[in-house]
Amino acid sequence: MPNQHPSHTVRAYADELNGLSDEIARMGGLCESQVSDCIAAVMRRDPALAQRVVDGDHQVDALETATEKRVIRMLALRQPMASDLRSTIAAYRISGDLERIGDLAKNIARRTHELNKAEPLELTRSVERMGKLVVANLHRVLDAFSVGSAEEAIAVCRADEEVDEHYNSLFRELLSFMIEDPRTITASAHLLFVAKNLERIGDHTTNVAEMIHYLVTGEELHREIRRDPNHSA
Amino acid sequence: MTDSANRAPTLFHDAAKTLKGKITLDGVNVFYGPKQAIFDVSMEIPDRSVTAFIGPSGCGKSTILRTINRMNETIDIARTDGSIRIDGEEINSKAVDPVILRARVGMVFQKPNPFPKSIYDNVAYGPRIHGLASNKEELGEIVETSLRKAGLWDEVADRLDQPGTGLSGGQQQRLVIARAIAVSPEVILMDEPCSALDPIATAKIEELIDELRENYCIVIVTHSMAQAARVSQMTAFFHMGDLVEYGPTEEIFTNPHEPRTQDYITGRFG
Repeated sequence: MPNQHPSHTVRAYADELNGLSDEIARMGGLCESQVSDCIAAVMRRDPALAQRVVDGDHQVDALETATEKRVIRMLALRQPMASDLRSTIAAYRISGDLERIGDLAKNIARRTHELNKAEPLELTRSVERMGKLVVANLHRVLDAFSVGSAEEAIAVCRADEEVDEHYNSLFRELLSFMIEDPRTITASAHLLFVAKNLERIGDHTTNVAEMIHYLVTGEELHREIRRDPNHSA
Repeated sequence: MTDSANRAPTLFHDAAKTLKGKITLDGVNVFYGPKQAIFDVSMEIPDRSVTAFIGPSGCGKSTILRTINRMNETIDIARTDGSIRIDGEEINSKAVDPVILRARVGMVFQKPNPFPKSIYDNVAYGPRIHGLASNKEELGEIVETSLRKAGLWDEVADRLDQPGTGLSGGQQQRLVIARAIAVSPEVILMDEPCSALDPIATAKIEELIDELRENYCIVIVTHSMAQAARVSQMTAFFHMGDLVEYGPTEEIFTNPHEPRTQDYITGRFG
């Protein structure tokens, strides 16, 4: 795996750096399943699955705390430099974004209960498509992390525009829906929050992508690079 | 003549390309007998700034430092070619007296080397031989300001007549710096100035270096990467006689462009 740290003179140091990458990968995998589970819970109107997501969030939190401790320890004891410094800082920030993604998934799962009280809304399908897009980007960014690919990180940033567009059109649709039939307002409002949370997950995924780009290249990802040249919006 | 043709050229960061140097090295080669120690080094070293030379042992960083005040001439078999200019003036020319040059370009070594004289005489020695003071009062003033600039005055003001060798290591090193400052140099070269000192004494010297940078061009050779990162504005990485990479310290330590620099500062070889 390119995002591993071989041939350090001090082997324990290399082990610590590798441990940090592994922890991020683990945390990422956990977040990915939390996000896809919370969407499934909403779609299938499955309260048990929703509860599992809510209960599972503390694992994400625990991993974030562990990563944070590891990073502080490494800064104090190893004084990482250059790419090692970037790996350490990126891990710290990525774990923060993943933790927020976990929270947002928990929040979506919690709304299942409220949504189940009302009749299923037609627009739920549209939210599902948006959710799949968000999960796909999250998966992609975690792959970019494990192979250390700046190009993939840029691609993820660009793909997030589609998530935003999706959210904007959903917002408009839900709004007209509520105007047409005020009885759907409660459920629609919850669904709107679900969509908003998915959009926020997309933003945190983009943050992770930006950190990967920094980690690999040492350069910040500028807005111009992020914008897709073939995309007219 | 040299095998410098096979060697990779220096990687200059953008800021290092446009630098206006107080000291200019231009195609400098240094030989010890038949062995070449430095290969075609060119760089601009800025004034009122600290430039750190880093690299593994034997990479040539001390050798290149010693070309700047022609200290290598004191070694019989050493030979330097290429151009070294301070403020545009060639220092390797016959017209330049190395003794005068070394007053303009002071040097501080790894081990503090005070003269076996009183604290006062250690600092007064240079100004006396260079005739910088016309009377006793003036000399006393030079001694006091130099010791103050070196951050040592408060600790030794009441015992200037005592031997410099009786001070602690850190104090001796600051005494030597005061001695270098006393002849109003333009450049101060430091060769591992803190490697024999404890962390507190090191911190004092680093603080001093930071203050001195307002008035002098400082070049420091150090094995401590953390020290280079702390005190310098520009960093040059040397390896096997090559200047591998030269750029702003912050860039070198967060985003070095050359794999050799990266490997060295992250501790992957050295």
